[in-house]
Amino acid sequence: MIEVVNLTKRYPGFTAVRDISFEVAKGEIVGFLGPNGAGKSTTMRILSGYLPPTSGTVRIAGFDVFEQSIQARSHIGYLPENTPMYHDMRVHEYLRYRAALKGVESSQIKERVGDVLEMCDLLEKERAIIGTLSKGQRQRVGLADAMVHDPDLLILDEPTIGLDPNQIRQVRELIKNLASRRTVLVSTHILPEVEIMCSRVIVIHKGRIRASDTADNLLKQHRSAGEVRLELDGQPENAREILAAIRGVKDVSEKQLNSGALYQLRTDADSEPISAVLQAARDNHWQVQAIERKKPTLEDVFVDLTQGD
Amino acid sequence: MRTFITLLGREIKSFLHSPIAYVVLFFFLIASGFNFYSGLSFLNQSASEVTVVEAAFNTVLFWFPFVLVFPLITMRTYADEFRMGTIETLATAPVSDWQIVLSKFFGALAFYILLWAPSFLYFIAFKQITGKEAALAAGAYGGSYLLLVLLGAFYVSLGCLASALTNEQINAAIMTFVAIFGFFVTGLLGFILSSPSQAVRDVIAYFSAVEHMADFSRGIIDSRPVIWYLSMTSLVLFINLQVFQYRKWRA
Repeated sequence: MIEVVNLTKRYPGFTAVRDISFEVAKGEIVGFLGPNGAGKSTTMRILSGYLPPTSGTVRIAGFDVFEQSIQARSHIGYLPENTPMYHDMRVHEYLRYRAALKGVESSQIKERVGDVLEMCDLLEKERAIIGTLSKGQRQRVGLADAMVHDPDLLILDEPTIGLDPNQIRQVRELIKNLASRRTVLVSTHILPEVEIMCSRVIVIHKGRIRASDTADNLLKQHRSAGEVRLELDGQPENAREILAAIRGVKDVSEKQLNSGALYQLRTDADSEPISAVLQAARDNHWQVQAIERKKPTLEDVFVDLTQGD
Repeated sequence: MRTFITLLGREIKSFLHSPIAYVVLFFFLIASGFNFYSGLSFLNQSASEVTVVEAAFNTVLFWFPFVLVFPLITMRTYADEFRMGTIETLATAPVSDWQIVLSKFFGALAFYILLWAPSFLYFIAFKQITGKEAALAAGAYGGSYLLLVLLGAFYVSLGCLASALTNEQINAAIMTFVAIFGFFVTGLLGFILSSPSQAVRDVIAYFSAVEHMADFSRGIIDSRPVIWYLSMTSLVLFINLQVFQYRKWRA
């Protein structure tokens, strides 16, 4: 559905996107992650046909977004960052206008607008003037607009910003439900969302793709995967050396606590050292206060991939 | 074509949704009514060879509000879209940039024509009340209003271009005013320069809205101003398209 090849976007003085390539297959929900200024919005703007790339090509549903822009755009439902819209129009009026603009048949406009109003929980606000809506409501109008022409591909730039937790859940469900028939590329800062919603994650930093994989695989590969924290009473001798000798443990750090010591064991991702650690504790008569196998979160992965150069 | 009609409908509606449109309509109506009145009272003062139509379209009072109205009509066309970011939703819909540029231009032109529509009632009222024709021939009406539309098209295109250059309506308004004033004053140079050569006078004649109006309101429809205004409007709209694309792409 999306094919990006060697895409670069240069502005005078800096390069927003450096030579990135990726593909998104039909039916995928891809999370597009990166810190502010990483090039997410720029990339999405290029995909949506708003900005021309400096070099490289982007094809949407087989159409080049620059050369065959109109055809490509008619396959895309795009929700820009900050959901800009005309504040002087009424919700249903705006959606009808957008539907007509995106080529929905006149006879179907009313039905389509009714459908998206319902999907986005806007039926009560149908006649409201957009300028009077709250940010969350406007966000939902933006989503309704993106879907009104029933596009194959949705490009959503921060769709959950400004929504309350209930609405975030609604939007998440909405996007998941769409996935059966559509492809979705969604950027967000809310990482737990991504884990639940997305079949794949692309992490971009300083204009480069840092990772592109399922959330599960990213978590497995993270360096803190398999980290074990062990808290002992007192300060047993040689504890550090004993722990370091356990199979699969790569290194051990020791930290003094008020009542004892904390050991952090870095291990191979696929090893299961807990039972060996407990065995060592029994053998040496250590008083175990706590033992914990750390699970990396997507946040850890994100921070790791996007810090430094 | 359907896309264009949709866009145009949105442009015209956005005029009718904004309070400033009604303020402009109101003051323009007062100004044009007063202008008509002063044209008539000028004719009443002494014997004169000009018709009512000529008198109405050639006073200083006519030109003053005429030049002022364009910045007000066109200032928000692009500036507001760029400032609000709606340009992004607009330009990512499956519409061509030409359709956007033309719809904005014709939307503003339609509002401008709406401003002038009531003025025709003055001439009808004049005939009803006095039983006399306001002009010697139908061509004088046709010529006057044709030039109003042609001049309007050119000045509206300048206003759209200015609006496409900035995010701020007020900047757009000032640029539009300066540009139109510049063209207008260039046309007046013929009256100001002491003894311009024939070549200079020929060039100035193209810029002189005042002289064009003097001819057209008499029913003398010269093809040169018609072609001049149409080609200048096309040129400005072409530049407008380039500016629009440049700003959109640089964003």
